[in-house]
Amino acid sequence: MENSINIDSILELKDVSVSYTPGKLAVNEVNAYFKPQTITAIMGPSGCGKSTLLRAINRMHELYPDIVTTGEILLKGQNIFKMNPMKVRRLAGMVFQRANPFPTMSIYGNVLAGYKLNNISLSKTEKDEIVEHSLRSVNLWEEVKDSLNKKGTFLSGGQQQRLCIARALALKPELLLMDEPTSALDPISTARIEEMLVELKDQYTIIIVTHNMSQAARISDNSMFMYLGELVEFGTTKQMFTKPKDKRTEDYLTGAFG
Amino acid sequence: MKKSFTSTTRFRLAKSSFFFYLVCGFSLVTLIPLFLILWELIRKGYAQFNPSLFTEVAPTSMEAMLAHISGAPIPGGILNGITGTILILSLAILFAIPLGITTGVYLAEKQDKPVARLVRSLSDLLQGIPSIVIGVIVYIWVVKPMSSYSALAGSVALAIMMLPMVIRSTEESLKMLPTSLKEAGLALGGSYATVVLRILLPSAFSGLFTGSLLAISRVMGETAPLLVTVLGATTVNWDITRPVSAASLLIWEFYNDPNLAGLIWSTSLLLLLIILGINLCAKSIAKRWKIQ
Ligand SMILES: Nc1ncnc2c1ncn2[C@@H]1O[C@H](COP(=O)(O)OP(=O)(O)OP(=O)(O)O)[C@@H](O)[C@H]1O
Ligand SMILES: [Mg+2]
Repeated sequence: MENSINIDSILELKDVSVSYTPGKLAVNEVNAYFKPQTITAIMGPSGCGKSTLLRAINRMHELYPDIVTTGEILLKGQNIFKMNPMKVRRLAGMVFQRANPFPTMSIYGNVLAGYKLNNISLSKTEKDEIVEHSLRSVNLWEEVKDSLNKKGTFLSGGQQQRLCIARALALKPELLLMDEPTSALDPISTARIEEMLVELKDQYTIIIVTHNMSQAARISDNSMFMYLGELVEFGTTKQMFTKPKDKRTEDYLTGAFG
Repeated sequence: MKKSFTSTTRFRLAKSSFFFYLVCGFSLVTLIPLFLILWELIRKGYAQFNPSLFTEVAPTSMEAMLAHISGAPIPGGILNGITGTILILSLAILFAIPLGITTGVYLAEKQDKPVARLVRSLSDLLQGIPSIVIGVIVYIWVVKPMSSYSALAGSVALAIMMLPMVIRSTEESLKMLPTSLKEAGLALGGSYATVVLRILLPSAFSGLFTGSLLAISRVMGETAPLLVTVLGATTVNWDITRPVSAASLLIWEFYNDPNLAGLIWSTSLLLLLIILGINLCAKSIAKRWKIQ
């Protein structure tokens, strides 16, 4: 990618806090920065604020007026709260825990949904190219190339999830935010998505929430450990799995809780 | 151990088949009136159910009387009523559906806002207002200022009656959609409006369409509000500012004229068949296009 080589942080979080109900912080003053072309795993027990943190990054919380986000989030050096939210969401694509292809659209239409929603018109060849390229990068092309006009919802769960990743990639985001993308999938689909993520790392920065520690160990460069809304530890995955600095991280990784 | 297991299973099976037959039985009972009505209409109406029903306007009392004396079937048809109903309904659809859908979207999105609550209760109340009252109000709002009965006035009355159903079905079918659909659309950088138009409404389409069809079939047979808004006409009229007839109005007129009473049954049969057709259509669409 032409623009990410020189900047050493694509995303920076400064004192980010999020609360669903006043006075109760679901994410508490998190500071972190993310290097381009890395995979960062966010781990932590259920309810520690992983999804909440992730959704702050693409301003998803703004759909719900009760949720308050404070602090600064810099995406490629720019404060996202001063940007147009639609632009933020295009730069930071999101993949949800449950595959959610658009039920009225074909596989082809689903991949191009981002363009349609942004009112960007494309020629037929451009469309074909984007669809093929995006589906190839999620290793789905071979399986669906003969049925591109079928509804996306006819695919298996794992295929649907790859379709949703392709849909996010089609818009060429800088950052890919993934919230437990494989938690509803079988081991084979999971393995294929993991392989794919490692390949995608050459072009994208990926932040992935996962409950699966071996998954984090397999694919991520860096890891974050969160506990009760706080960022307890953030470092290279190798270091965190071999010599965790914090007692709570160690307990979590050894299965003492969570 | 094993024996008691099988005997409870058998008891459960018996219980469930008992309920199955009970449910079937009751369903059949509710079907009886429908079939009796249909049978009655067919028996009395089939003689007059001929092509001229669709191609000729309603006869005058005199024509019908002469035919009666010579022993021939009543001449003429209900073309003026059919065209009138089509005209009034199309206008009503034009008014009620866009307005109803927009309101439904608003209610589904802003569920707990005080304004939304108010709109929702008003729309529920609207559904309870007797149709003749709506007719009289529209008479004051539209017929008086225009100083003429008109298809337009009738369509306003029917549109008001359709609104609550369209609003409700839009709201309900949007609320059935998972929030993940909206979030997925917005997460791709879509604006709120494009997400509603290109993702949410199409996904809720079968519900919207079924709801609208049912609303149409509900008001199709309305007579009272039309009496005071469109008045009736003896010729085919496509001018929306002038009085028109309607199938249901003709039934009322035939009922009031002993010479024409023979036409009641064929007209009613036609109206009933169309309404049943729309309902079946709505059901099959709801089933076919349902999104899992
Ligand atoms: N919509 C909401 N309204 C109120 N509180 C919420 C809401 N969503 C999450 N919370 C609270 O915020 C905290 C963090 O939730 P979050 O979903 O971010 O956890 P998580 O780490 O993603 O957990 P999991 O691993 O189970 O997905 C929890 O205490 C949760 O109860
Ligand atoms: Mg979560």
